[in-house]
Amino acid sequence: MASAPARSSHISAGAIAPRPRPPEPGRLAAALSRLFAGPLNTALTLASAMVLAALIWPTLRFLVLDAVWDGASRVDCLEETVGRPVGACWPFIAARFDQFMYGFYPELQRWRVNAVYGLGLLLLAPLLIPAVPFKRLNALAFFVAFPAFAYVMLVGGRLGLPYVETRVWGGMLITLVITYVGIVASLPLAVLLALGRRSDLPIISAMAIAFIEFWRGVPLVTVLFFATYMLPFFLPADWSIDALARVLIGVTLFSAAYLAEVIRGGLQAIPRGQLEGAAALGLGYWKTMGLVVLPQALKHVIPGLVNSFIALFKDTTLVLIVSMFDLLGQIRSAFADPNWATPVTVLTGFAFAGAIYFAVSFAMSRYALFMERRLNTDIRL
Amino acid sequence: MTQGNGGQDRDGAAGREIAVEMIGVNKWYGQFHVLRDINLTIRRGERIVICGPSGGGKSTLIRCINRLEEWQQGRVIVGGVELTADLRRIDEVRRDTGMVFQHFNLFPHLTVMQNCTLAPIWVRKMPKREAEEIARHYLARVQIPEQADKYPNQLSGGQQQRVAIARALCMSPRIMLFDEPTSALDPEMVKEVLDTMIGLAEDGMTMVVVSHEMGFARQVADRMILMDAGQIVEASPPADFFERPQHERTKQFLAQILR
Repeated sequence: MASAPARSSHISAGAIAPRPRPPEPGRLAAALSRLFAGPLNTALTLASAMVLAALIWPTLRFLVLDAVWDGASRVDCLEETVGRPVGACWPFIAARFDQFMYGFYPELQRWRVNAVYGLGLLLLAPLLIPAVPFKRLNALAFFVAFPAFAYVMLVGGRLGLPYVETRVWGGMLITLVITYVGIVASLPLAVLLALGRRSDLPIISAMAIAFIEFWRGVPLVTVLFFATYMLPFFLPADWSIDALARVLIGVTLFSAAYLAEVIRGGLQAIPRGQLEGAAALGLGYWKTMGLVVLPQALKHVIPGLVNSFIALFKDTTLVLIVSMFDLLGQIRSAFADPNWATPVTVLTGFAFAGAIYFAVSFAMSRYALFMERRLNTDIRL
Repeated sequence: MTQGNGGQDRDGAAGREIAVEMIGVNKWYGQFHVLRDINLTIRRGERIVICGPSGGGKSTLIRCINRLEEWQQGRVIVGGVELTADLRRIDEVRRDTGMVFQHFNLFPHLTVMQNCTLAPIWVRKMPKREAEEIARHYLARVQIPEQADKYPNQLSGGQQQRVAIARALCMSPRIMLFDEPTSALDPEMVKEVLDTMIGLAEDGMTMVVVSHEMGFARQVADRMILMDAGQIVEASPPADFFERPQHERTKQFLAQILR
């Protein structure tokens, strides 16, 4: 074709001025035209709509329309009393709410828990908002100072605060304590394990592999059971570790093994050139990892990390098998209360638990998505 | 002519301080003998361009100078410091040895400015303000002062490579290594990078460049080196190298590349 003369019809005579993009159909119009494009799509759309309606309507009726909002005992939530089908029995939740939040933490001391929650929120909120300055100080406060404060406040026994043994802690308090400690303590450990597993030093990598494979190979239930009932047999008789502390250690090590593998995936995604670029500048191992490799690797694995955090948050319910009552455990134990025994009590309790677990998990997930987008420096042209 | 050190340089660097000395360096990848009896002395202010067919060991050689590659036999002495397995010595040499890679190896999570100040701040312990001042100076010098707050992936290949050069210069290196700095670039961006390198050469920087840009080599090199099959086959000033190549391999290579 090289010898053929260029066809003039393919060549524009002059410079082409930019023209505005032609208008596109609105989102609703676009959606409708796709949802009802042809008989198959129409049928699928209608079928999906029916399934949704079949799910949403009864849920709405149970949670809101047929629900009982006021009452003092089981009688108020019975069909005979109300005179119609009864949905959720919300007075049950209201009556037991404090217990769901604090367990059997002494009522007069619950302000201490609230203070911890308050300070936690006060420190966490600005940490999560990128525009707020003093991130380093804030992080230090949240990850180092706050745990110390929370420990003194919650356990007490000093500064004039009465001692509250962890045996009476329960509900949301236990759930949040295990989740916070599980995440905050296991993440740094997981980073070290992931780096260790990829180490050139055979002893270090063998130790990291052994640790990770051991903790990953054991079910969390076993870990908790062992930590609670078996560990005391292996320790000297005069050695006693608090039951909650044992659970926290178990959860942390277990979670660290999983997180380590997630992080290792991120480390593997970093091209060799990054290491060489850092090495050529004279950065040593720790600086290369801390300043160049980990910031990129952790960014890659945010979805996996959050996945593990959410799993950990929900796995806290397993402490029930070592006779600790987290949020779900506390709710379930309230089912036995004859004062509130109605046909809808169990459903109401689970609906409440489900709503709380969902709200927290969904919040984590959305925040992670926000951070992922924010940290994406790849395509900004 | 002795292998490796042959060739007179243009402005009589012969008497100057030795920047890099490689003595009897041999390296194997598995059983494959990549570097064979490499003897090379580079003096301060010298500009060396290494060329040769791919797989000849050019990149491996230049990467030995800051010990991105280990070798099994021989010695490499950079700025009077012998490179051994001692990590402190390696970092000491790397601090003073800038390197520019084929694929830039900029840090994508950091802005251009942060790329330039990272090592001065963390390795040289320079105050941030001072490091930024120096970075701005070198970014201006490589003609991209206005890109300081962008991320590397927002820049063109040529701009990224110039950032990489600025990043290396911010450590005030005593020698600059360039490992095929223009081979990954679109043709229209090669010149801007080469111009930057020519500017550096004119300022007297000691440079070792692996490159096939023969125009550039003619213009700045004090000595040309041809590597083939892991050996230094020919080493001579560009005038001799291009007009009167001694070795058959050099003639072949030049015939191919200068078609």
